[in-house]
Amino acid sequence: MSTKEWPLWEVFIRSKQGLSHKHVGSLHAPDAEMAVNNARDLYTRRSEGVSIWVVESSQVFANDPADSDPLFEPSQSKIYRHPTFYEVPDGIEHM
Amino acid sequence: MKEINLTALEHAFQSKIDNDIKIEPKDWMPDAYRKTLIRQISQHAHSEIIGMLPEGNWITRAPNLRRKAVLLAKVQDEAGHGQYLYSAMETLGETRDKSMADLISGKAKYSSIFNYPTLSWADIGAVGWLVDGAAIMNQVALCRTSYGPYARAMVRICKEESFHQRQGFEIMCTLMKGSKEQREMAQDAVNRFWWPALMMFGPSDADSTHSQQSLDWKVKRHTNDELRQSFINATVPQAELIGLTIPDKDLKWNEAKGGYDFGQIDWEEFKQVISGNGPCNAERIAARTKADKEGEWVREAAMAYAEKKNSKKAS
Repeated sequence: MSTKEWPLWEVFIRSKQGLSHKHVGSLHAPDAEMAVNNARDLYTRRSEGVSIWVVESSQVFANDPADSDPLFEPSQSKIYRHPTFYEVPDGIEHM
Repeated sequence: MKEINLTALEHAFQSKIDNDIKIEPKDWMPDAYRKTLIRQISQHAHSEIIGMLPEGNWITRAPNLRRKAVLLAKVQDEAGHGQYLYSAMETLGETRDKSMADLISGKAKYSSIFNYPTLSWADIGAVGWLVDGAAIMNQVALCRTSYGPYARAMVRICKEESFHQRQGFEIMCTLMKGSKEQREMAQDAVNRFWWPALMMFGPSDADSTHSQQSLDWKVKRHTNDELRQSFINATVPQAELIGLTIPDKDLKWNEAKGGYDFGQIDWEEFKQVISGNGPCNAERIAARTKADKEGEWVREAAMAYAEKKNSKKAS
Protein backbone atom coordinates (compact mmCIF):
# COMPACT_ATOMS: atom_id res chain seq x y z
CA MET A 1 0.00 0.00 0.00
CA SER A 2 3.02 2.23 0.17
CA THR A 3 3.28 2.53 -3.61
CA LYS A 4 1.79 5.41 -5.52
CA GLU A 5 -1.71 4.75 -6.84
CA TRP A 6 -1.98 4.36 -10.62
CA PRO A 7 -3.70 7.33 -12.25
CA LEU A 8 -7.40 7.22 -13.05
CA TRP A 9 -8.58 7.17 -16.68
CA GLU A 10 -12.01 7.80 -18.18
CA VAL A 11 -13.02 5.26 -20.81
CA PHE A 12 -15.06 5.98 -23.96
CA ILE A 13 -16.28 3.21 -26.24
CA ARG A 14 -17.63 3.29 -29.80
CA SER A 15 -20.13 0.44 -29.79
CA LYS A 16 -20.27 0.16 -33.58
CA GLN A 17 -19.13 1.98 -36.70
CA GLY A 18 -21.30 5.01 -37.31
CA LEU A 19 -21.87 5.86 -33.64
CA SER A 20 -19.80 8.22 -31.52
CA HIS A 21 -17.72 7.18 -28.53
CA LYS A 22 -19.66 7.16 -25.27
CA HIS A 23 -18.41 7.37 -21.70
CA VAL A 24 -18.68 3.97 -20.01
CA GLY A 25 -16.71 4.33 -16.79
CA SER A 26 -13.21 4.64 -15.45
CA LEU A 27 -10.23 2.53 -14.43
CA HIS A 28 -6.69 2.73 -13.09
CA ALA A 29 -3.62 2.20 -15.26
CA PRO A 30 0.00 3.36 -15.20
CA ASP A 31 -0.07 4.67 -18.78
CA ALA A 32 -2.37 5.19 -21.77
CA GLU A 33 -1.41 1.94 -23.46
CA MET A 34 -2.25 -0.16 -20.43
CA ALA A 35 -5.40 1.88 -19.89
CA VAL A 36 -6.58 0.78 -23.35
CA ASN A 37 -5.67 -2.83 -22.61
CA ASN A 38 -7.45 -2.76 -19.27
CA ALA A 39 -10.47 -1.08 -20.85
CA ARG A 40 -10.66 -3.90 -23.37
CA ASP A 41 -10.76 -6.48 -20.56
CA LEU A 42 -13.08 -4.49 -18.35
CA TYR A 43 -15.60 -2.91 -20.72
CA THR A 44 -15.68 -5.07 -23.86
CA ARG A 45 -15.92 -8.67 -22.59
CA ARG A 46 -19.08 -9.16 -24.64
CA SER A 47 -18.23 -7.33 -27.88
CA GLU A 48 -19.53 -4.00 -26.60
CA GLY A 49 -17.06 -2.01 -28.66
CA VAL A 50 -15.06 -1.53 -31.85
CA SER A 51 -12.94 1.40 -30.65
CA ILE A 52 -11.67 2.65 -27.29
CA TRP A 53 -10.62 6.13 -26.15
CA VAL A 54 -9.01 6.77 -22.79
CA VAL A 55 -8.46 10.18 -21.20
CA GLU A 56 -6.69 10.78 -17.93
CA SER A 57 -9.39 11.89 -15.50
CA SER A 58 -7.29 14.79 -14.23
CA GLN A 59 -7.42 16.26 -17.77
CA VAL A 60 -11.20 16.55 -17.79
CA PHE A 61 -12.48 20.01 -16.99
CA ALA A 62 -16.15 20.36 -16.18
CA ASN A 63 -18.56 23.14 -15.30
CA ASP A 64 -19.57 23.57 -11.69
CA PRO A 65 -23.01 21.97 -11.20
CA ALA A 66 -23.82 24.68 -8.66
CA ASP A 67 -23.76 27.16 -11.56
CA SER A 68 -25.82 25.02 -13.90
CA ASP A 69 -28.91 27.21 -13.69
CA PRO A 70 -27.36 30.51 -14.94
CA LEU A 71 -25.18 28.54 -17.37
CA PHE A 72 -28.03 26.81 -19.15
CA GLU A 73 -30.92 29.18 -18.46
CA PRO A 74 -30.43 31.42 -21.56
CA SER A 75 -31.36 28.56 -23.89
CA GLN A 76 -34.65 28.01 -22.05
CA SER A 77 -36.09 31.35 -23.11
CA LYS A 78 -35.15 31.08 -26.78
CA ILE A 79 -38.03 28.92 -27.84
CA TYR A 80 -37.78 30.38 -31.38
CA ARG A 81 -34.83 28.02 -31.86
CA HIS A 82 -37.27 25.15 -32.12
CA PRO A 83 -39.37 24.46 -35.25
CA THR A 84 -42.53 24.10 -33.15
CA PHE A 85 -42.36 27.87 -32.48
CA TYR A 86 -43.45 28.63 -36.04
CA GLU A 87 -46.90 28.47 -37.52
CA VAL A 88 -47.30 26.52 -40.74
CA PRO A 89 -50.47 27.22 -42.73
CA ASP A 90 -53.01 24.42 -43.26
CA GLY A 91 -52.43 22.57 -46.48
CA ILE A 92 -48.73 22.16 -45.96
CA GLU A 93 -48.06 18.68 -44.70
CA HIS A 94 -44.32 18.39 -44.41
CA MET A 95 -41.83 21.19 -43.77
CA MET B 1 -26.58 32.77 6.89
CA LYS B 2 -24.54 29.61 6.40
CA GLU B 3 -27.18 27.57 8.17
CA ILE B 4 -29.91 28.86 5.90
CA ASN B 5 -27.84 27.88 2.88
CA LEU B 6 -27.40 24.38 4.23
CA THR B 7 -31.12 23.97 4.79
CA ALA B 8 -31.79 25.19 1.25
CA LEU B 9 -29.21 22.80 -0.17
CA GLU B 10 -30.66 19.90 1.77
CA HIS B 11 -34.12 20.79 0.62
CA ALA B 12 -33.04 20.98 -3.03
CA PHE B 13 -31.24 17.66 -2.66
CA GLN B 14 -34.23 15.85 -1.16
CA SER B 15 -36.59 17.29 -3.77
CA LYS B 16 -34.34 15.90 -6.53
CA ILE B 17 -34.51 12.51 -4.84
CA ASP B 18 -38.28 12.72 -4.42
CA ASN B 19 -38.64 13.54 -8.12
CA ASP B 20 -36.42 10.61 -9.11
CA ILE B 21 -33.70 12.88 -10.46
CA LYS B 22 -30.35 11.09 -10.11
CA ILE B 23 -27.60 12.59 -7.99
CA GLU B 24 -24.31 12.94 -9.90
CA PRO B 25 -20.74 13.10 -8.51
CA LYS B 26 -20.20 16.86 -8.40
CA ASP B 27 -23.68 17.67 -7.12
CA TRP B 28 -24.06 18.88 -3.57
CA MET B 29 -25.05 16.03 -1.22
CA PRO B 30 -25.28 15.69 2.56
CA ASP B 31 -22.17 14.19 4.17
CA ALA B 32 -24.19 11.33 5.61
CA TYR B 33 -25.48 10.41 2.12
CA ARG B 34 -21.92 10.38 0.80
CA LYS B 35 -20.71 8.25 3.71
CA THR B 36 -23.59 5.80 3.39
CA LEU B 37 -22.86 5.35 -0.30
CA ILE B 38 -19.12 4.94 0.21
CA ARG B 39 -19.81 2.28 2.84
CA GLN B 40 -22.40 0.44 0.76
CA ILE B 41 -20.60 0.62 -2.60
CA SER B 42 -17.22 -0.40 -1.15
CA GLN B 43 -18.80 -3.32 0.72
CA HIS B 44 -20.44 -4.32 -2.52
CA ALA B 45 -17.12 -4.06 -4.42
CA HIS B 46 -15.29 -6.05 -1.78
CA SER B 47 -17.97 -8.75 -2.00
CA GLU B 48 -17.33 -9.11 -5.73
CA ILE B 49 -13.58 -9.36 -5.20
CA ILE B 50 -13.72 -11.77 -2.23
CA GLY B 51 -16.50 -13.64 -4.05
CA MET B 52 -13.97 -14.78 -6.64
CA LEU B 53 -12.15 -16.89 -4.04
CA PRO B 54 -14.69 -19.65 -3.23
CA GLU B 55 -15.35 -20.17 -6.95
CA GLY B 56 -11.75 -19.78 -8.09
CA ASN B 57 -11.15 -22.72 -5.77
CA TRP B 58 -12.83 -25.01 -8.32
CA ILE B 59 -11.49 -23.72 -11.66
CA THR B 60 -8.71 -26.31 -11.86
CA ARG B 61 -11.08 -29.09 -10.80
CA ALA B 62 -14.10 -28.31 -13.00
CA PRO B 63 -15.46 -31.62 -14.34
CA ASN B 64 -14.97 -30.78 -18.04
CA LEU B 65 -13.65 -28.12 -20.38
CA ARG B 66 -17.05 -26.48 -20.93
CA ARG B 67 -17.60 -26.07 -17.19
CA LYS B 68 -14.08 -24.75 -16.78
CA ALA B 69 -14.45 -22.12 -19.52
CA VAL B 70 -17.79 -21.02 -18.02
CA LEU B 71 -16.42 -20.78 -14.49
CA LEU B 72 -13.39 -18.82 -15.68
CA ALA B 73 -15.66 -16.36 -17.50
CA LYS B 74 -17.86 -16.01 -14.44
CA VAL B 75 -14.96 -15.35 -12.07
CA GLN B 76 -13.56 -12.83 -14.55
CA ASP B 77 -16.94 -11.09 -14.56
CA GLU B 78 -16.84 -10.84 -10.76
CA ALA B 79 -13.46 -9.12 -11.01
CA GLY B 80 -14.99 -6.72 -13.53
CA HIS B 81 -17.96 -6.05 -11.26
CA GLY B 82 -15.61 -5.19 -8.42
CA GLN B 83 -13.83 -2.73 -10.72
CA TYR B 84 -17.06 -1.01 -11.84
CA LEU B 85 -18.05 -0.59 -8.22
CA TYR B 86 -14.69 0.72 -7.01
CA SER B 87 -14.88 3.29 -9.83
CA ALA B 88 -18.35 4.36 -8.71
CA MET B 89 -17.07 4.65 -5.15
CA GLU B 90 -14.12 6.79 -6.26
CA THR B 91 -16.50 9.38 -7.74
CA LEU B 92 -17.48 10.10 -4.12
CA GLY B 93 -13.93 11.05 -3.17
CA GLU B 94 -12.76 7.80 -1.56
CA THR B 95 -9.50 6.38 -2.96
CA ARG B 96 -9.16 2.79 -4.07
CA ASP B 97 -6.00 2.28 -2.02
CA LYS B 98 -7.74 3.36 1.17
CA SER B 99 -10.68 1.13 0.42
CA MET B 100 -8.41 -1.85 -0.27
CA ALA B 101 -6.48 -1.15 2.95
CA ASP B 102 -9.78 -1.15 4.90
CA LEU B 103 -10.67 -4.53 3.42
CA ILE B 104 -7.33 -6.05 4.39
CA SER B 105 -7.36 -4.57 7.90
CA GLY B 106 -10.85 -5.95 8.48
CA LYS B 107 -12.37 -2.50 8.96
CA ALA B 108 -14.53 -2.89 5.86
CA LYS B 109 -17.11 -5.64 5.56
CA TYR B 110 -18.15 -7.80 2.63
CA SER B 111 -21.05 -10.19 2.12
CA SER B 112 -21.04 -12.88 4.82
CA ILE B 113 -21.82 -15.61 2.27
CA PHE B 114 -18.24 -15.70 1.00
CA ASN B 115 -16.98 -16.87 4.37
CA TYR B 116 -18.48 -20.30 3.75
CA PRO B 117 -16.34 -22.96 2.04
CA THR B 118 -17.06 -24.55 -1.36
CA LEU B 119 -16.50 -28.22 -0.47
CA SER B 120 -17.82 -30.03 -3.54
CA TRP B 121 -18.48 -29.32 -7.22
CA ALA B 122 -22.19 -29.07 -6.38
CA ASP B 123 -21.33 -26.03 -4.26
CA ILE B 124 -20.38 -24.20 -7.46
CA GLY B 125 -23.88 -24.96 -8.74
CA ALA B 126 -25.46 -23.82 -5.46
CA VAL B 127 -23.39 -20.63 -5.39
CA GLY B 128 -24.40 -19.68 -8.94
CA TRP B 129 -28.03 -20.55 -8.45
CA LEU B 130 -28.64 -19.33 -4.88
CA VAL B 131 -25.91 -16.80 -4.12
CA ASP B 132 -25.95 -15.09 -7.50
CA GLY B 133 -29.73 -15.45 -7.50
CA ALA B 134 -29.94 -13.58 -4.20
CA ALA B 135 -27.41 -11.01 -5.41
CA ILE B 136 -29.43 -10.39 -8.60
CA MET B 137 -32.60 -9.84 -6.58
CA ASN B 138 -30.77 -7.16 -4.65
CA GLN B 139 -28.95 -5.68 -7.65
CA VAL B 140 -31.96 -5.38 -9.94
CA ALA B 141 -33.53 -3.19 -7.26
CA LEU B 142 -30.33 -1.14 -7.07
CA CYS B 143 -30.46 -0.28 -10.79
CA ARG B 144 -32.91 2.42 -9.65
CA THR B 145 -30.77 3.70 -6.79
CA SER B 146 -30.53 7.50 -6.52
CA TYR B 147 -26.77 7.88 -7.11
CA GLY B 148 -26.05 7.95 -10.86
CA PRO B 149 -22.67 6.17 -11.05
CA TYR B 150 -23.87 3.39 -8.71
CA ALA B 151 -27.06 2.89 -10.71
CA ARG B 152 -25.10 2.74 -13.99
CA ALA B 153 -22.66 0.19 -12.55
CA MET B 154 -25.64 -1.89 -11.42
CA VAL B 155 -27.22 -1.86 -14.87
CA ARG B 156 -23.99 -3.22 -16.38
CA ILE B 157 -23.63 -5.80 -13.63
CA CYS B 158 -27.21 -7.05 -13.92
CA LYS B 159 -26.81 -7.55 -17.66
CA GLU B 160 -23.82 -9.77 -17.01
CA GLU B 161 -25.13 -11.57 -13.92
CA SER B 162 -28.03 -13.39 -15.51
CA PHE B 163 -25.75 -16.00 -17.06
CA HIS B 164 -24.20 -16.60 -13.64
CA GLN B 165 -27.42 -17.81 -12.10
CA ARG B 166 -28.36 -19.90 -15.11
CA GLN B 167 -25.03 -21.69 -15.23
CA GLY B 168 -25.38 -22.53 -11.52
CA PHE B 169 -28.89 -23.87 -11.97
CA GLU B 170 -27.72 -25.88 -14.99
CA ILE B 171 -25.07 -27.55 -12.81
CA MET B 172 -27.76 -28.45 -10.27
CA CYS B 173 -30.08 -29.79 -13.01
CA THR B 174 -27.30 -31.96 -14.41
CA LEU B 175 -26.43 -33.36 -10.99
CA MET B 176 -30.09 -34.08 -10.22
CA LYS B 177 -30.32 -36.12 -13.43
CA GLY B 178 -27.22 -38.07 -12.41
CA SER B 179 -26.42 -40.90 -10.01
CA LYS B 180 -27.67 -41.22 -6.43
CA GLU B 181 -24.34 -39.85 -5.18
CA GLN B 182 -24.61 -36.83 -7.48
CA ARG B 183 -28.15 -36.09 -6.31
CA GLU B 184 -27.03 -36.35 -2.70
CA MET B 185 -24.13 -34.01 -3.40
CA ALA B 186 -26.54 -31.44 -4.89
CA GLN B 187 -28.91 -31.74 -1.93
CA ASP B 188 -26.02 -31.40 0.52
CA ALA B 189 -24.92 -28.16 -1.19
CA VAL B 190 -28.45 -26.75 -0.93
CA ASN B 191 -28.60 -27.78 2.74
CA ARG B 192 -25.46 -25.77 3.46
CA PHE B 193 -26.11 -22.73 1.24
CA TRP B 194 -29.84 -22.12 1.66
CA TRP B 195 -29.78 -20.33 5.02
CA PRO B 196 -26.59 -18.32 4.39
CA ALA B 197 -28.14 -17.21 1.05
CA LEU B 198 -31.20 -15.90 2.92
CA MET B 199 -28.88 -14.01 5.28
CA MET B 200 -27.37 -12.16 2.30
CA PHE B 201 -30.31 -9.75 2.35
CA GLY B 202 -29.15 -8.53 5.73
CA PRO B 203 -30.90 -8.23 9.09
CA SER B 204 -34.65 -8.23 9.39
CA ASP B 205 -36.19 -4.77 8.81
CA ALA B 206 -36.93 -4.38 12.52
CA ASP B 207 -33.20 -4.77 13.34
CA SER B 208 -31.64 -3.03 10.36
CA THR B 209 -29.87 0.13 11.49
CA HIS B 210 -29.46 1.82 8.11
CA SER B 211 -32.73 0.91 6.43
CA GLN B 212 -35.12 3.83 6.85
CA GLN B 213 -32.67 6.60 5.95
CA SER B 214 -31.45 4.62 2.94
CA LEU B 215 -35.02 4.21 1.76
CA ASP B 216 -35.74 7.94 2.16
CA TRP B 217 -32.65 8.71 0.11
CA LYS B 218 -33.65 6.03 -2.39
CA VAL B 219 -30.23 4.45 -1.98
CA LYS B 220 -32.22 1.32 -1.25
CA ARG B 221 -35.48 0.80 -3.09
CA HIS B 222 -36.83 -2.18 -1.16
CA THR B 223 -36.38 -3.37 2.41
CA ASN B 224 -34.25 -6.42 3.30
CA ASP B 225 -37.33 -8.46 4.18
CA GLU B 226 -39.15 -7.59 0.94
CA LEU B 227 -36.19 -8.71 -1.16
CA ARG B 228 -35.73 -11.88 0.89
CA GLN B 229 -39.39 -12.78 0.41
CA SER B 230 -39.15 -12.22 -3.37
CA PHE B 231 -36.09 -14.45 -3.53
CA ILE B 232 -37.80 -17.27 -1.62
CA ASN B 233 -40.93 -17.00 -3.76
CA ALA B 234 -38.87 -17.21 -6.94
CA THR B 235 -36.50 -19.97 -5.82
CA VAL B 236 -38.68 -22.58 -4.09
CA PRO B 237 -40.50 -23.63 -7.31
CA GLN B 238 -37.12 -23.96 -9.06
CA ALA B 239 -35.93 -26.35 -6.35
CA GLU B 240 -39.15 -28.37 -6.53
CA LEU B 241 -38.95 -28.66 -10.29
CA ILE B 242 -35.66 -30.52 -10.18
CA GLY B 243 -36.39 -32.49 -7.03
CA LEU B 244 -34.34 -30.60 -4.46
CA THR B 245 -35.67 -30.12 -0.93
CA ILE B 246 -35.37 -26.73 0.76
CA PRO B 247 -33.99 -27.42 4.26
CA ASP B 248 -36.77 -25.60 6.12
CA LYS B 249 -39.56 -27.60 7.76
CA ASP B 250 -41.60 -24.42 8.28
CA LEU B 251 -41.61 -23.51 4.60
CA LYS B 252 -45.22 -23.37 3.42
CA TRP B 253 -47.17 -21.52 0.71
CA ASN B 254 -49.37 -18.84 2.21
CA GLU B 255 -52.24 -18.14 -0.17
CA ALA B 256 -53.34 -15.00 1.68
CA LYS B 257 -50.03 -13.19 1.32
CA GLY B 258 -49.21 -14.75 -2.06
CA GLY B 259 -45.84 -15.92 -0.81
CA TYR B 260 -44.10 -18.55 1.25
CA ASP B 261 -43.93 -18.54 5.03
CA PHE B 262 -40.52 -19.65 6.20
CA GLY B 263 -38.65 -20.61 9.36
CA GLN B 264 -36.57 -18.56 11.72
CA ILE B 265 -33.17 -17.40 10.42
CA ASP B 266 -30.25 -17.99 12.81
CA TRP B 267 -29.20 -14.37 13.27
CA GLU B 268 -26.59 -15.33 15.83
CA GLU B 269 -24.74 -17.25 13.11
CA PHE B 270 -25.02 -14.20 10.83
CA LYS B 271 -23.59 -11.95 13.53
CA GLN B 272 -20.71 -14.32 14.17
CA VAL B 273 -19.80 -14.64 10.47
CA ILE B 274 -20.05 -10.90 9.82
CA SER B 275 -17.84 -10.12 12.78
CA GLY B 276 -15.06 -12.43 11.59
CA ASN B 277 -15.85 -15.82 13.09
CA GLY B 278 -17.16 -17.64 10.01
CA PRO B 279 -15.48 -20.77 8.69
CA CYS B 280 -13.33 -18.96 6.09
CA ASN B 281 -12.98 -15.29 7.17
CA ALA B 282 -9.28 -15.57 7.99
CA GLU B 283 -8.54 -17.56 4.83
CA ARG B 284 -10.28 -15.00 2.59
CA ILE B 285 -8.46 -12.01 4.05
CA ALA B 286 -5.16 -13.91 3.97
CA ALA B 287 -5.65 -14.64 0.24
CA ARG B 288 -6.48 -10.98 -0.48
CA THR B 289 -3.48 -9.78 1.54
CA LYS B 290 -1.16 -12.19 -0.26
CA ALA B 291 -2.41 -11.04 -3.68
CA ASP B 292 -1.96 -7.42 -2.69
CA LYS B 293 1.54 -7.97 -1.37
CA GLU B 294 2.75 -10.16 -4.22
CA GLY B 295 1.37 -7.72 -6.79
CA GLU B 296 3.05 -4.73 -5.24
CA TRP B 297 6.30 -4.96 -7.22
CA VAL B 298 4.32 -5.28 -10.46
CA ARG B 299 2.32 -2.13 -9.73
CA GLU B 300 5.51 -0.31 -8.79
CA ALA B 301 7.42 -1.47 -11.87
CA ALA B 302 4.58 -0.54 -14.24
CA MET B 303 4.42 2.93 -12.72
CA ALA B 304 8.21 3.38 -12.90
CA TYR B 305 8.18 2.29 -16.55
CA ALA B 306 5.38 4.74 -17.38
CA GLU B 307 7.23 7.59 -15.67
CA LYS B 308 10.45 6.75 -17.50
CA LYS B 309 8.64 6.72 -20.84
CA ASN B 310 7.01 10.07 -20.05
CA SER B 311 10.27 11.74 -19.10
CA LYS B 312 11.89 10.47 -22.32
CA LYS B 313 9.03 11.94 -24.32
CA ALA B 314 9.41 15.27 -22.52
CA SER B 315 13.14 15.59 -23.14
